[in-house]
Amino acid sequence: MLGVCGFMYALVLIFLIIAVIRARRATGPEMSRDHGLSKTLGLWVALIVVGLMGLTATSYLIDRQIAQAANNPDVKLQITAHQWWWDVEYLDADPSQHFHTANEIHVPVNSSVHVTLMADDVIHSFWVPSLHGKRDLIPGRPGSIDLRPERVGVYRGQCAEFCGAQHAKMALEIVVEDAATFAAWKTKQLETAPQPRDEHAARGLDVFMSSACTLCHNIAGTSASATLGPDLTHLASRRMLAAGALPNDRTHLIQWLSDPQSIKPGNHMPSLGLTADALDPLASYLETLR
Amino acid sequence: MSTIASGILPPDVRPAEREREATYDGESLDEVSTAQQLEKTWATPRGLWGWLTTVDHKQVGRRYIVTAFVFFLLAGVLAVLMRLQLIKADNGFIGPDLYNQIFTMHGSTMMFLFAVPVMEAMAVYLVPLMVGTRAIAFPRLNAFSYWIYLFGGIMLWTAFAFDIGPDTGWFAYVPLSGPAYASGKRVDFWAQMITFTEVAALAIAVEIIGTVLKLRAPGMTLNRIPLFVWSMFVMALMVMVAMPAVMLSSTCLIMDRLVGTHFFNPAEGGDALLWQHLFWFFGHPEVYIIFIPALGFISAIVETFSKRPVFGYPYMVLALIATGFFGFGLWVHHMFATGLPHLGSSFFTAASMAIAIPSGLQIFCWIATLWSGKPVFHTPLLFVVGFFVIFVLGGLTGVMLASIPMDLQVHDTYFVVAHFHYVLIGGGVFPLFGAFYYWFPKITGKRLSETLGKWNFWIFFVSFNITFFPMHILGLAGMPRRVYTYQAGLGWDGLNLLATIGGMGIVISVLLFIVNVVSSLRSAARAPSNPWSAATLEWATSSPPPSYNFAHIPFVTSAQPLWDQGEQLMYVRGLRVDKREILLTTPLDARPDLREPSPDPSIWPLLSALAVTALFIGSIFNPWAVVIGALPVAIALTGWFWPKRNEAMEVESA
Amino acid sequence: MSTPRYVLDVSVLPNYGYGTRSLTWWGLMGMIAIESTVFVLAVGTYFYLMAQVSEWPPGRRPPDLEYGTVFTGVLLLSLIPNIWLQRQAEHERLPQVRVGLVIMSLIGVIASVVRAFEFTVLNVTWYDNAYGSIVLMLLGLHTVHVLTDLYDSLVLTVLMFTDHAKARRYVDTAENATYWYFVVYAWLPIYVVLYWLPRWTQ
Repeated sequence: MLGVCGFMYALVLIFLIIAVIRARRATGPEMSRDHGLSKTLGLWVALIVVGLMGLTATSYLIDRQIAQAANNPDVKLQITAHQWWWDVEYLDADPSQHFHTANEIHVPVNSSVHVTLMADDVIHSFWVPSLHGKRDLIPGRPGSIDLRPERVGVYRGQCAEFCGAQHAKMALEIVVEDAATFAAWKTKQLETAPQPRDEHAARGLDVFMSSACTLCHNIAGTSASATLGPDLTHLASRRMLAAGALPNDRTHLIQWLSDPQSIKPGNHMPSLGLTADALDPLASYLETLR
Repeated sequence: MSTIASGILPPDVRPAEREREATYDGESLDEVSTAQQLEKTWATPRGLWGWLTTVDHKQVGRRYIVTAFVFFLLAGVLAVLMRLQLIKADNGFIGPDLYNQIFTMHGSTMMFLFAVPVMEAMAVYLVPLMVGTRAIAFPRLNAFSYWIYLFGGIMLWTAFAFDIGPDTGWFAYVPLSGPAYASGKRVDFWAQMITFTEVAALAIAVEIIGTVLKLRAPGMTLNRIPLFVWSMFVMALMVMVAMPAVMLSSTCLIMDRLVGTHFFNPAEGGDALLWQHLFWFFGHPEVYIIFIPALGFISAIVETFSKRPVFGYPYMVLALIATGFFGFGLWVHHMFATGLPHLGSSFFTAASMAIAIPSGLQIFCWIATLWSGKPVFHTPLLFVVGFFVIFVLGGLTGVMLASIPMDLQVHDTYFVVAHFHYVLIGGGVFPLFGAFYYWFPKITGKRLSETLGKWNFWIFFVSFNITFFPMHILGLAGMPRRVYTYQAGLGWDGLNLLATIGGMGIVISVLLFIVNVVSSLRSAARAPSNPWSAATLEWATSSPPPSYNFAHIPFVTSAQPLWDQGEQLMYVRGLRVDKREILLTTPLDARPDLREPSPDPSIWPLLSALAVTALFIGSIFNPWAVVIGALPVAIALTGWFWPKRNEAMEVESA
Repeated sequence: MSTPRYVLDVSVLPNYGYGTRSLTWWGLMGMIAIESTVFVLAVGTYFYLMAQVSEWPPGRRPPDLEYGTVFTGVLLLSLIPNIWLQRQAEHERLPQVRVGLVIMSLIGVIASVVRAFEFTVLNVTWYDNAYGSIVLMLLGLHTVHVLTDLYDSLVLTVLMFTDHAKARRYVDTAENATYWYFVVYAWLPIYVVLYWLPRWTQ
């Protein structure tokens, strides 16, 4: 495509440059060569038509190939986009194999992944450049794409349809790993959250349960089961926080917990007004949620 | 001199009786007295009252151009702010709320308050002169159009100044812009600004069509109409079919937000994609509405500076019409990522590719004209060359975007931002600056400096490419649009810095232009009627033209009247000089048909515009404003159309 | 200044004409083109929304037929006096034009009253669902045209009973009649879409 377009561009520029250079020379004979120009015009239009037909046909063929739906996908996901995070649900015929996570997706390499795309509020767009073209998630209009990751690695994606205040910070990651690693990850994700093992973490769990956290978040194995915000059951297993806004380490976790509005102004997580002696154990507890 | 009285009337009509004490041009008056009489009849009164009541298309056109340029500068300042925020990763110069308002205002101002209005304004000023008549069709509507445009623009920018500017992008997708997710009145100001500007644009479109079909100079048959006029005519037709779509969709949006309709609410049978279909059905033709007039500028400038008619006139006209027509069949290419069926979408791929054919044809014809003519590279022609280089590149990235697989990668990224700035600035703004340099002597009577002009051009050309070329790469590297910041470590930093630096260059070039304009206006040098030795009729009158445009209506026998008839242009006589009168001719053959009275200055367009403005702004806050506001509008329109006493004196019958 | 070369003397031309000779006729055509586009797009929106759901109208009866059909009948019958009035205006017969304008103004009032009743038997409101929204939008758009033409007719009636009743006022009357044709013809497809399409697809 670049070749065809580049070639045509070069032709136009060459024609233009020659026309300009000719002009700089002395006055020549009058414009008696319109007949020759007519023929050249015909050739030029024919060239454009042929070029465009070629590009169009190529485009159709590639599009058709990409749009082939997979039969019997190995992994089935349902992604629901929210302002400004991604809810990821792993589906299975067996309900006990369902689980939720947020913002970070794991898939086995060389598998077919069928992703159903939905949106809860406004239009978002799911885009992981290295894996697939983008697809809008439109409230009231579920859609789907099929991924066929061929190489192991971590692939970054970002919401690609303006969705409000924090559109710029609505990223996601797809981790493509070998089958064994994926199976281990999946098993871990199916577990409920562990009980806190020391007092510090237990105090953290108390802070969690008694603050506004339970109004929005779910931690499987506790009584916090709201689904307005991302599922936190395995928060500590993720590489990033807040849809790719921060790396997932203790410093950034505390930074986020103390004032989410300073990192993603306008996002739906309010500042909790927690003091340092509450933040510290809370962070310790959350770090146990692998 | 022959009086072909019986030859120009239909056989069954007897010649009209002469009114008593009427004075006609070309009879007993010598040229000096004719000019004096005409000036008395056609001049707009001086002072504030004259300024408020003028119906002179040249005065209205000038203020339209100046106002549109002011909006261009305002939107340009917003662009500078955006580039400063994006100059480095995680920058804290502008926060998300303000940034989202800024990019929305930048796009909305450029598209609705600058690009379309300035193109229409050039038509308003130049088309009557180019077709050889004294006034535009429907002069009071023309004045009304300006006031509506101005008040709509002021409303929008006032909202922005109070930090309640719209913040959902220039195309405001629902549900983000709907009642559930866009609180307050921000989006309502945006949607109502659309109503203002769309009414203004439609009014001018009707005037252009009336002028081009009925007011042409005798002898200006269809194949003698300048390409500039053809392009404005095609644009006007497109406006009439495209603008209603955005009017309908923005009205539906306001109603969803204000009175609880469910056009775009999926929970009650509405659909978010309905907005996109209706908007883009307007939105795609919109960019051709901006582009096609620019093609008219290019034809005029290429012809004059090549010293030969543009090669391939009939093909050029057909290409304009084809572009205008095809432009309505592309809109779904903005929606390739929404999951519409591929079979239907593929049609739009084919159409989006096909539209390159008429454009490619036109490019050839212009370059062929330069090739076979004797071009002189004054500043207007430099901007034309800039157009070729920049627009064609943008057109080619457009061909790439027409391919669905390609689009699914670069849609909503900086690649698209690069594409549309290449086609809009290359295809619209460069020709516009060329047009400014070309017609400045005609409009103001002064000449712009060639030296400053060349600096203006080169700095603009180079800076433009430094600003926008890197954005292709940024898009391919994954940077989405409409982001107020980006993370470090993604590899986007360097190119963003480069783009910002380029943007500063554009600022310098625009400042140079303003300096050029101001210093030229202050200079004493007066430009002759035809400083460029051009061929079309606007150059047959003085610079600037008198209030009545031409002392006598020209009679043309070719498409390049000033080249072919030389100093001895032929004329028609017999229009009244003691009252405003224009000549109506037949649409195809331009045979003289009627002498039409033309309105005197009037305050009613302004009063009507104020009444309509009150209705529009009131309805943002309360639906009853539509009903209550209708009364002042009805009164103002009735005052407008109520005939004057002296009109009843006309008893000439057909 | 030398004397210009004149090839024609247009002072013999009249200064108003009917139909395509009139500049305002073209302005009217422009307006009709614009409004037709709005109607076409609004009807298109109706079909689009219909395609989104399986039951149409969703969960309710279509609008009752009586008032809508009476309205359609009134409009179709009004074409007769309208054609007559247009001819009288083109022949500049003042007494007939006065009668015709009074008749058309009365028809406009009657049509408006019937239309007002039509709004009460739609069996849906604009805030019920998208179907209700588009029904009210279509009906409302058309009503605006009925009312503006009525107002225009009333103003012309007044003018024709004063000493303004001359010359190009006849052209205005003829063009107002043309606008009324548009109001009538634009209604017919909308009538079918609003009243009959839901009955045919049930």
